[in-house]
Amino acid sequence: MIIKPTVREKKIFSFQDVPEDTSFEAGYLVSVNSGWRSIRPVVNAGTCIGCMQCYLYCPDGVISIQNGKAVIDYDFCKGCGICSKICKPGAIGMERER
Amino acid sequence: MEKFLSGDEAFAEGIRLACPDVISAYPITPQTIVVEKLSEMVEDGSLDAEFIHVESEHSALSCAMGASAAGVRAFTATSSQGLLYMAECLYYASGGRFPIVMMNANRSTALPWNIYGDQRDSLSQLDSGWIQAYAENAQESLDLALMSYYIAEHKTVSTPFMVNLDGFILTHTYEQVDVPTPEQAGKFLPPYETENKLDPENPKNMAFSAGPDTNYIFKYKEHAAMFRAIPVIEEAERRFAEIFGRQYSGLIDAYLTEDADYILITLGSIAGLCREIAGQLRENGVKAGVLRIRYMRPFPAEALAKAVSSAKALAVLEKDISFGNEGTVFTNVNSALHGAGMTAPAYNFIGGLGGRNISHQDIIRIFETIQSGTAKRVNFIGIGEEENS
Repeated sequence: MIIKPTVREKKIFSFQDVPEDTSFEAGYLVSVNSGWRSIRPVVNAGTCIGCMQCYLYCPDGVISIQNGKAVIDYDFCKGCGICSKICKPGAIGMERER
Repeated sequence: MEKFLSGDEAFAEGIRLACPDVISAYPITPQTIVVEKLSEMVEDGSLDAEFIHVESEHSALSCAMGASAAGVRAFTATSSQGLLYMAECLYYASGGRFPIVMMNANRSTALPWNIYGDQRDSLSQLDSGWIQAYAENAQESLDLALMSYYIAEHKTVSTPFMVNLDGFILTHTYEQVDVPTPEQAGKFLPPYETENKLDPENPKNMAFSAGPDTNYIFKYKEHAAMFRAIPVIEEAERRFAEIFGRQYSGLIDAYLTEDADYILITLGSIAGLCREIAGQLRENGVKAGVLRIRYMRPFPAEALAKAVSSAKALAVLEKDISFGNEGTVFTNVNSALHGAGMTAPAYNFIGGLGGRNISHQDIIRIFETIQSGTAKRVNFIGIGEEENS
């Protein structure tokens, strides 16, 4: 099972909410983060064999395998293209963002 | 047990008694002996710590921070260029509130390259968020090694602690030192416990970024914690005296200042000579006194102003210069005096840079010139009248 952190609702921190040290509850993302992506990976489900190489190599952990196929979380993908490079069957192409 | 030890050796003995779990350090003159002694102690089994040989000072403090983030007691030591090289990490450690203890052997900074003592290295890092203490002798060095952990790790403080020893003058000279027993040390220093750690049972997001909305609050809290160290320093010294029989005097060490007309303010190992001169001047009818600053951070603004309130004139002697201004200790002292509404003239004496000797005669002259009012605002000891203008 793949456990992914969830995006927390925007929270206003009061003086008391701010901890003394830089440690706080884990397991949350504070915002989506993909704004600087200029190209996006697109999976051709027909070609994808679900080998999980892209899942292993993705530096941001945004790829999951669902029903045997790679699925990309575009809320956090930075568009680096490593998944496309590593994909042996050539199932991941990079398309320009519009 | 009485032992004949150098300042570095005494500090290493103090660290052995504090039982750190991780020591990560890179050797640099004149700190090297501390690292050597501790590695020998780990090797012979008298200190049960993980000794990590790192490739640089930047790594040394990063490694100590990693250990502290895993919830254990960490130690590192450095000097001069090494301290400057780890400067980036100093702010990480204090901002992350990791109560690491570091010994710094005060040494000049390049160029020109120089291995001898002055205090420009640590004083350049006053704003890094570390508690800064300056030892006068080997016994105080050992005692600070123990007390530093008590203060740094205290729940209300949780701030890293830098203990400074004058390079060579203190690190390499030998004195008779009382080395407490591990039982006594264990009674004084409780085991380190923290919530600020990596814990698989209670996962946390650590050492994160914080934007404009909360960053300022973190910094405020860091600042407030530094002030909370003041009562903890007193508490540590009180407990220390109960167990070890040696009483320290908090942020400052005042000698004959109560009724003094002329007070010399300084820090570190030179204070002993200054007190001797003040004693001699007293015999000649001059009401001289000496105030040694033990802690530069938190700065003893109130205690200092109160202790020198009788003075007609003050001298600040320091082994530091902030190029283009004056000695940084002088700046700090003046701010405290101004805050307390004091108007007695204060003069700055810069000396000992790059290890140059400050003599008996130099200190007599300091007292003479502040008494006669012939001192300039900033004076460079040993640089001729013509150049010194």
